[in-house]
Amino acid sequence: MEPLKTLSRWPLLRQFRDGDPLGLGQAAQSERSRNLKPRIDEADHTARSICPFCAVGCAQLVYVKDGEVTQIEGDPASPISRGRLCPKGAASKNMHDGPLREYKVKYRRPYGTSWEELSLDDAMDMIADRIIEARAADWDEQNRRTMSIANLGGATLDNEENYLIKKLCTGLGIVQVENQARI
Amino acid sequence: MNSDCIVIMGSNMAENHPVGFQWVMEARERGAEVIHVDPRFTRTSAMATKFAGIRAGTDIAFLGGIVNYILEHGRWFDEYVKSYTNAPVIIDDKYVDAEDADGLFSGWDPEKKKYSNETWQYMGMEAKASAGQPPKGEQSGHGGHGGGLSHGEPPEEDETLQHPNCVFQILKRHYKRYTPEFVSETCGCSVEDFLYVAEKLCENSGRERTSAFAYAVGWTQHTFGVQMIRAACVIQLLLGNIGRPGGGIMALRGHASIQGSTDIPTLYNILPGYLQMKHTDDAKNLKEYIEENTAPGGWWAKLDTYIVSLLKAWWGPFATEANDYCFDYLPRIDDDNSNYWTVQQMLQGRVKGYIVAGENPAVGSSNGRVNRLALSKLDWLVVRDLVEIETAAFWYDSPEVETGELSPEQIGTEVFFMPASTHVEKDGSFTNTQRLLQWHFKAVEPKEDCRSELWFYYHLGKKIREKLKESQEDRDKPILELQWHYPTSGQIEEPSAEAVIAEISGRDATGQALAAYKLLRADGTTSCGCWIYCGVYAEDENKAARKKPHWEQNYTALEWAWAWPANRRLLYNRASADPDGKPWSERKKLVWWDDEQKKWTGTDTPDFEEEKPPDYVPDDDAEGPDAIRGDHPFIMQADGRGWLFVPQGLQDGPMPTYYEPHESPFDNPLYAQRANPARQVSTVDEDPYNPVANEPGADEYPFVMTTYRLTEHHTAGGMTRFTPYLSELQPAMFVEVHPELARERGLTHGEWATIVTARSAIEARVLVTDRMRPVKVDGRVTHQVGLPYHWGSRGLTTGGSANDLLHLALDPNVHIMETKGLTCDIQPGRRPKGAALAEFVTSKRDRALRARETAPRVEPGSERST
Ligand code: SF4
Repeated sequence: MEPLKTLSRWPLLRQFRDGDPLGLGQAAQSERSRNLKPRIDEADHTARSICPFCAVGCAQLVYVKDGEVTQIEGDPASPISRGRLCPKGAASKNMHDGPLREYKVKYRRPYGTSWEELSLDDAMDMIADRIIEARAADWDEQNRRTMSIANLGGATLDNEENYLIKKLCTGLGIVQVENQARI
Repeated sequence: MNSDCIVIMGSNMAENHPVGFQWVMEARERGAEVIHVDPRFTRTSAMATKFAGIRAGTDIAFLGGIVNYILEHGRWFDEYVKSYTNAPVIIDDKYVDAEDADGLFSGWDPEKKKYSNETWQYMGMEAKASAGQPPKGEQSGHGGHGGGLSHGEPPEEDETLQHPNCVFQILKRHYKRYTPEFVSETCGCSVEDFLYVAEKLCENSGRERTSAFAYAVGWTQHTFGVQMIRAACVIQLLLGNIGRPGGGIMALRGHASIQGSTDIPTLYNILPGYLQMKHTDDAKNLKEYIEENTAPGGWWAKLDTYIVSLLKAWWGPFATEANDYCFDYLPRIDDDNSNYWTVQQMLQGRVKGYIVAGENPAVGSSNGRVNRLALSKLDWLVVRDLVEIETAAFWYDSPEVETGELSPEQIGTEVFFMPASTHVEKDGSFTNTQRLLQWHFKAVEPKEDCRSELWFYYHLGKKIREKLKESQEDRDKPILELQWHYPTSGQIEEPSAEAVIAEISGRDATGQALAAYKLLRADGTTSCGCWIYCGVYAEDENKAARKKPHWEQNYTALEWAWAWPANRRLLYNRASADPDGKPWSERKKLVWWDDEQKKWTGTDTPDFEEEKPPDYVPDDDAEGPDAIRGDHPFIMQADGRGWLFVPQGLQDGPMPTYYEPHESPFDNPLYAQRANPARQVSTVDEDPYNPVANEPGADEYPFVMTTYRLTEHHTAGGMTRFTPYLSELQPAMFVEVHPELARERGLTHGEWATIVTARSAIEARVLVTDRMRPVKVDGRVTHQVGLPYHWGSRGLTTGGSANDLLHLALDPNVHIMETKGLTCDIQPGRRPKGAALAEFVTSKRDRALRARETAPRVEPGSERST
C-alpha cells in the first residue's frame, strides 16, 4: 500500500483534499516545516527594550537563552510602533553580535604603528591620570575651567549616561561637552 | 495623528522615520492631505498626495510665501491670533525691517557682525540683554528657553491689529514681496504647486480642522536653520495650529536619545532642563544669575527653584545657603565653545585630550579633513564605540594618510579604544522625538571589556576622586565634593541606572521622591537633577518603564512610559480650547475648562495650571505663573503668547527672512545682502569656501549639492556599516544625478563619478534618476546633486564620506553646519589616488580662488573672506 500512501502525500492532492486550493497554507508544509518552532519559544526570558537607532523610539522584545540574545522583535504593546520595526531596528541583533564588534580594549602609543593590548583597569587608570594632568597644566582659575579637555557624544546614549557625563565634566571644569544635536 | 493636512518639509520621513510614517499613512487613509516639499523626490513624495520640488535651501521663500498668502487672503484664525499670539503687540518705533534696509534688520553691528536686539522690543519695554553683552536667550538644538522679557507694564496692544507698528502689520509688510511668482522664481517650483500647498494648508485649518508640519535636519542644517523652523511657527500660529490635536510642528530627530541629550544636555551652553551655563563675563553670584535668567511671567519665573535643586543634586550637603549652594563651582563658558569651535581649537593644538563616546566625527562631522587633522594634534584620545570606527583608526586609515599628509610615525596622539555596550546590555532610558522617556531593560551581560557609558564615567569619576583625595587645591573641591555615590551590582560593578534616574527626578529633604516640578524649592530642601524630568520617578515607580499595552488605554496612552513635562503629551494644549475655555470644536477637543469642577480637564494632562480659570487676569505685581492670564496658553513664554515676532533670543533677526545658503549659485532676489549676515564662518585655512553666485570662479562649482540619509544606514555608520544585514541591503556609496546632468557631464549609471568642492573630492557610483530634479531659478536651469553621507573607509561596506565635501559655515543661533545646500562640481571617473588627490583638489580650488580675486563681492552686512 506504500504507493497509495505516497500518493496521498502528493501536494496537489492534499491542497484540494485539505481545503487549501491555492496551496499556500498547510498543503505546502513538509514534515520538517511542521515541526519547526520559532526560536523565541525556547527563550529563558524576554527583556523589554527600545530600538537604539532613531528617535521614533520603537519598542523591542529581546529574547534570551543561556545568556545570549536569540532574537529581537518589535513589541506589539507600544502605542508608537505597535510591533513594527524598520530594517535598522530589525537588524539590532545583528548589530549586537556582528562580526566586527570589538570586545577588548586597544591601545595605540604616541607615534605607534599598531594597536597593542591593554587591560581595562590599566586603561581606566591611564585615562584618569591624563585628565588630572591636563587639568592641572591648564587650569583657568578665574573661570574655574580647563579648555584642554573636550567630550563628544550623547545622542546615542541613555539619559542617565548623559547625566553622569555632564555632571562629571562640570565637576572637573570641562566645558567643551557636545553631542550630535549640534550636527 | 489627528491631522487633516500634514506638510513634510526638510524631511524624508518615509525612509528615515519609517515606523513613525505609519501614522502619516493612516491619516492619509482617513482622507488627510499629505504634502511633501523637498529638493528630491523620495519615497515620502511617492506616498504623499502632493509633491512640490524646490531648490535645496530655499524653504524660507516657500514658507514666507505661505505667510503672505494667509495674510493677503484673510485666511488667518482671527480669534486665535488675537488672543494667543503677540500679533496685537506694538513694537518699538525704532525697529527697522530688513525689507527697508536691503536685508539687514535694525541693530546690526558690521564690525562685530552681530545684532543687538534693543530695537526689536515691545514698545515701552527694555531689552534684557543690551548691546555688547553675550547672547543669553540662546537656544540649543530644538526646544529651549522661551521668553526672557523684562519686567514692566503689560505691553501696548492694538486688538484691532491696525496699528502700523503692531506685530501683525509688521508681518504683513515684511512678507508682502513673497508672492507666488517670487516663490516660483526663487525655489524653482511652479506657481500652481505653491498655490496648491498654501490653499490646502488654509483649507485644513481653523476651528474644525488642523494641520501639522513635520521636519528634520533638512531644516536645521543650514546657516539659517532656526529661522526655517520659525517660519513654520509663524504659519502655524497664524492658522491656529499649535497646542491643538493634529496640529503642531514635529521635529523628527535622528538619534534614539538626541532629545534626551538636549534635555539633559551633553551640550556646552546649558545645564539640565535648559538652564543657562554661566558666562565668563556675567553673573558672579547665584542671586545675579537668577535675576538675569528669570522671566517675570510663566514657568521660567521659578528658575530659582530649578537651579538650587540642581546644585543640591550635584553637591548635596556641601551646597548650603551660606555658600550660594556651590554656585561658584560651575565653570564659565564663552559665547561659543561649541563642537566646531572646539575642533578649530584642537587643530591649533589648544586641546590636549578628547573623549568621544558613541559618535564618529571623522565621518559624521562637516569637513572631515579638518576633524581628522584636529585629532592628530591631540595628546590623547579616548574612543568608546561598539566597533573600530574611523575616528579610532584615523592615525593609520584615513584620506590624509592616503595622500601622505599624515603618517602614523608623525602622529603623537595616544589612542585608547574602549569597547562599549549595546542597548541590550544595559538598563536606561531614551527620550524619543515626542519627549517620551522610554526605559530599556538589560537583557544580557556585556562581554569581556565591553562596558556601558554609565559604567565608564562612573568609574572614571571614582578613580579621579580617589587619586585626588589628598589634594588641597581649590580647583579640586568641586570634583571632591561632587555627589558621586551610586549603588553598583554584579561582577563588573555596574552602577544602577535606576538610582541615577531617581536623582534626576528629584527628592525632598527626607529623601522622598517628588511628584512634580511645582514642588521644587529654592531653599535647599529639594534636590533635582533635571527639573523638566521631575516626577518621572515617583511613588516608588520608574514611570519611564511603564509598558501598559496601547489596547488597554485611550489613544494618548498616558500609561506607556512618561513624557516631560508632567507626562503631558501635547505642549501648550490649553490652546485646544477657545479663550473662554470651551473646545474650538467637538471634532478637535482635547483639554477644556470644566465650570462645575472649576478645573481644566480632558483626554490629555492639561499643560496649564489646573485651577486657573479662563477669565483670570493677574494683578499688576503678579509674578511667575501667576502673571500669565487665564487665556494665554503659552506658559513657558514670559507673556504667555505664541511669538510671531521674536523680541529676544535670536541672533539673526526677529522674523525669518530670505537669504541664500552660504554657498549657492545665485544672488538673493530680495536684497543686496546675499546670505545670512549673522552666520558664523570658520577662521581656519583648512576650510576654504567655493566662490558663489556670479563671482568669478563660481563656475568651478556650478551645481547645488545636498546630503541625506538612507533607511538602512544610521548617521556616520558606526552602528550599520559594520552590520552584515544592513551592509548587504545598502552596499555602496552613490550619487544621485538627473539624466540631463548625466548627459552634460558624461556620467554613466552604475559607473564612477568624482564630486569635488574647495575642501575635498570623493568618488561614488552614479545613480541616474529623475528623482533629482533640475530647478529653473532666475531663468537659469541648475542641477542638484544628492549624496548620502553614511560612508567611510571602514566596516563591511566602505566608500567616500560626503561630509568631507562640506564647510564649516554655521547657523548663528545653534552653531549647526549647513549640509543641506552648498555647491560642488561633478566629473566622470574615479577620483585621483594618493598624493594626486590633494593635488587635484588644490589646483581646482586655486583656479577658482584666483579668479575670484579679480572681482570679489562685498556684501553690506559682512565682508566675506575665504
Ligand atoms: S525601528 Fe526604525 S523607525 Fe523604529 S526607532 Fe528603530 S530606527 Fe527608528
